[in-house]
Amino acid sequence: MKFSESWLRTFVNPAVSGKDFSHLLTMAGLEVEEEDTVAPAFDGVIVAEVLDVTKHPDADRLNVCRVNIGDSEIRQIVCGAPNVAPGLKVPCALPGAALPGDFKIRIAKVRGIESSGMLCSAKELGISDDASGLLVLPSDAPVGESIRHYLDLDDRLLTLKLTPNRADCLSLTGIAREVSALTNTPANYPQIDTIPATTAAQRTIILDAPDACPLYCGRVISDVDAKAATPEWMRRRLERSGLRSISALVDITNYVMLELGQPLHAFDNAKLNGAIHARLAKKGERIQLLNEQSLELQDDVLLIADDQRPVAVAGIMGGDESGISLETTEMFLESAFFAPKAIAGRARRYGFGSDASHRFERGVDFGGTRQALERATQLILQICGGLAGPLCEAQATLPSRTPVRLRLARAVKVLGVAFAPEEVADIFSRLGFSFVREENDFIVTPPSYRFDIEIEEDLIEEIARLHGYDSIPSPAPQARLAMLPQTENARPVSRVRQILANRGFQEVVNFAFVDDSWEKDFASNDAPIRLANPIASQMGVMRSTLIGGLVSNVLTNLKRKQNRVRLFETGRCFIRDSQGGPVKGFRQPWKLAGIAYGSACPEQWGTPDRAIDFYDLKGDIEQLLAPVTARYEKFSHPALHPGRSARIVVNGTAIGILGELHPQWAQKYDLPIAPVVFELDLEALTYAQIPKYAEVSKQPSAYRDLAIVVDQKLELQSLLDGIAANCPAIVKEVKLFDIYTGKGIDQGKKSLAFRIVMQDTQRTLQDAEVDAATQQLITYLNQSFAAQLRV
Amino acid sequence: MLNLDQIAQDAAAAFAATDDPDTLEQIKARYLGKSGQITELLKGMAKLSPEEKKSTGAAINRAKESIEAALTARREAIRKQALEARLAGEALDITLPGRGETRGGLHPVTRTLERIEALFHSIGFEVADGPEIEADFQNFTALNTPEDHPARSMHDTFYLLDENGKVAEDILLRTHTSPIQVRYMQAHVAKYAHLETMPEIRVIAPGRVYRVDSDATHSPMFHQVEGLWIGENVSFADLKGVVADFLRRFFESDDLQVRFRPSFFPFTEPSAEIDVAFMSGALKGRWLEIAGCGMVHPNVLRHVGIDPEKYIGFAFGMGPDRLTMLRYGVNDLRLFFDGDLRFLRQFV
Repeated sequence: MKFSESWLRTFVNPAVSGKDFSHLLTMAGLEVEEEDTVAPAFDGVIVAEVLDVTKHPDADRLNVCRVNIGDSEIRQIVCGAPNVAPGLKVPCALPGAALPGDFKIRIAKVRGIESSGMLCSAKELGISDDASGLLVLPSDAPVGESIRHYLDLDDRLLTLKLTPNRADCLSLTGIAREVSALTNTPANYPQIDTIPATTAAQRTIILDAPDACPLYCGRVISDVDAKAATPEWMRRRLERSGLRSISALVDITNYVMLELGQPLHAFDNAKLNGAIHARLAKKGERIQLLNEQSLELQDDVLLIADDQRPVAVAGIMGGDESGISLETTEMFLESAFFAPKAIAGRARRYGFGSDASHRFERGVDFGGTRQALERATQLILQICGGLAGPLCEAQATLPSRTPVRLRLARAVKVLGVAFAPEEVADIFSRLGFSFVREENDFIVTPPSYRFDIEIEEDLIEEIARLHGYDSIPSPAPQARLAMLPQTENARPVSRVRQILANRGFQEVVNFAFVDDSWEKDFASNDAPIRLANPIASQMGVMRSTLIGGLVSNVLTNLKRKQNRVRLFETGRCFIRDSQGGPVKGFRQPWKLAGIAYGSACPEQWGTPDRAIDFYDLKGDIEQLLAPVTARYEKFSHPALHPGRSARIVVNGTAIGILGELHPQWAQKYDLPIAPVVFELDLEALTYAQIPKYAEVSKQPSAYRDLAIVVDQKLELQSLLDGIAANCPAIVKEVKLFDIYTGKGIDQGKKSLAFRIVMQDTQRTLQDAEVDAATQQLITYLNQSFAAQLRV
Repeated sequence: MLNLDQIAQDAAAAFAATDDPDTLEQIKARYLGKSGQITELLKGMAKLSPEEKKSTGAAINRAKESIEAALTARREAIRKQALEARLAGEALDITLPGRGETRGGLHPVTRTLERIEALFHSIGFEVADGPEIEADFQNFTALNTPEDHPARSMHDTFYLLDENGKVAEDILLRTHTSPIQVRYMQAHVAKYAHLETMPEIRVIAPGRVYRVDSDATHSPMFHQVEGLWIGENVSFADLKGVVADFLRRFFESDDLQVRFRPSFFPFTEPSAEIDVAFMSGALKGRWLEIAGCGMVHPNVLRHVGIDPEKYIGFAFGMGPDRLTMLRYGVNDLRLFFDGDLRFLRQFV
């Protein structure tokens, strides 16, 4: 809502001004979003009359003017504007004036002729961009008056960002009412008289949908001059409120809407047939609107129709056919109340909105419907002439304003401020709320222009607003102290993140909606959860894996010459699942994924360079899971190299995957080498074991090193599992410390070297026992895995 | 006896003339060895009379001791010299960079969220979480947002297609973290249904939220933190106290200006917008919108089964992305979602 402050001040004129006035509005909930001036600072410019014009003797384009500035002395001013002419009233900057852009006016010779001032264009005064000629003022402009005063250039233009509950402030008188309440300054509203009928012309009004339109007023006005000029004062106020002047009749309806908040509509009466109906559209009914949009309507749209056809979409926009034009001589003027529910959302459905729909869907004062019609009639008769018909009206049941009870004690409890009942009474009186008191209760009947006072809390907000939010104290709150639980077997996600960060991974946050192809490539997901209204096609589906985003991050960074990239992300993934919850039909697990690309170690003078591989990331995951140890099982995953990927299993449950990105994706996504990625269920990582003490043995341990040759394809895990199940009790640990293939080992075989640690908790082991246990292991390995002792 | 002094002097001079431990030992033999000069003198004592033995013996022993002392000193000096030479040889260029993994870091918004959680935790707020694909009921209806509210249009809210490619009307991407509030209250009420008075709810709910909006200052996915305190006696003044305290602690600025001004949200009444203004820095004196808040609307409490006559409280919602930008001077929201290491590494 944009308006001119000086227009507002014709209704209410409190002592507060400038920034303080804006602050007052903002702090009352009418946020001043923008403050503009009409013209930049300048002074010394007055209204002048050009008396005569003669050509400059030495310059073709210049004229020498004699100018009356309202004192006894006639000035001579050289002027280059093409439109200068005797008799014009124009702005004149006198010597000593300072124009915008720090342009000082002095007495000077222009091509040898003395000039005592400058006649100005609108652009030179900073009022508009029009530099085509002098700013021509109306012929009745008072010579000698300051141009700032004459054109009201010290006016300020304020734009309010109104919340949807404050439709009552979508008009000048509405804002004036609010300012009056806030500042306790009396307000004067325009005098509106009942216009007597001077013609009998009228139309019958039929309310076919009385819930949607419970009040409709109209009037025929004949013999109007649609071509009459809009008065300057009205044009100025409209323009300063952001509305273009169109024609006198349209301007008047807009003016009354801005002044009183009631949208009006003007029909060409000659184009209407029979009665006026306020009815719901029939499904499929069509109308061509004033904005040339043609609508096919649904049956929940309220229409204004005559006996033959729809003539307007009620409260939104008039029809093209029935609207007024400059040829109109007889008009039918509408002022009606349409229920917010009947208007809300309809305009948006058709992809537009109007000043009328904006107001009606928020609530227009049904107590002012007739008044607005009278006010508009009054202005039309004044500006366009004509004969007014009688006021035609149909009324059904208007919204009721149910009294709301405010308990003072409740207000005190909610706001935390000990209000006196007199203060509350004063606030309600200033707001124009009528109320009766029952001891410390106030039974308030909201006025017809307030659609937002329905419950006690709404009144409490009004008390807080008028009291001032700033005046409510902000103490440290009091509460009973109780410690929050600290579950030691739950590891906070923050710690999980910190472990990865400490191991060189940088956290990223990616969008949860991704490209379709990422889901196909990295999750084999052909039926992803699709957005109905994505902002871009490459953000069309919800991710079920974090891998796509990380791959794309690596690419982004490679383009920026970051050659070693280690990233991780935690985020929800989305999977359609009929068993899922809490939102039925979806599983939304938190996942943690990481990616590493480039060198295994940061480039350093003393560390040999080597590309990162599977085992580097496996090490990271082992540390992330510690003290829990996982099993790594061969696993094929659409995103990963089939021979270099694993499923990570903890206590029999798969918690994630690890592997090298499949070479086909590395190629497709332009990665020179394949990164290694992992993705884990975050929940599995937030479990932490509470440590449990086990006795430390006082006996010394013994060890033997053992190298065996086995089949190249044999997985270490099966060997370790076998040993664990079959080794003598004194074997405490079997650790692989070397792998060898090549010279001395047959093709298709590999040599594995283990350190076997043995210990007994109760006594020192004898060499013979240690040797026997080792021999037992060798025999077992030979029998179960055809392992040969390497000598 | 001059002879003895001369011998001791000669020995000391000979010791001093060498740097080599082996040579030193050879020189020692010349004086103290089996046929060394001192040893020979001691052997010659046998021929002397007892008186002479006494005086000459004492003199020889003094000379011997003097030579031994000179030898020990020289040995020590040579050892020290050798050690110093070795240490000098072993010296490193200690300005060369160290070895091993460099540290990664947390996302700046995570950093902010962790600080927010810690600050609220310090006054007894727990942390809650909720689904991002959300039901229309929790996102809107339970939050008193009417059917025809503009936020419910496809213009503002992301909706999903069902398996048949039709718009699923009751499912959406949450537009705010407030539905977590609803779910938390529902669970809390169920958990304490057996008690006459349920314990207070003090919770914050950080998370990612989604709106159909994308430009320099809007991201289609962004972060929010919801806060909620419900009890028997929690007032608007308490709301002001908690949020103002939080903002001053978060920005570590006691003179931070905080103002509350009336606003409108369907799920709070009275409602307020919270602005802050810094007293120094690039944004000095400008009011910056930072959060929305208010007293939880009685309809919201009723929707989750809480009697608004018995319990009241406040809720607030703020943007950690914006808090992060203000805290660290980041000027472009899009940097948060771009994965650019050159940006992210600044927050290690």
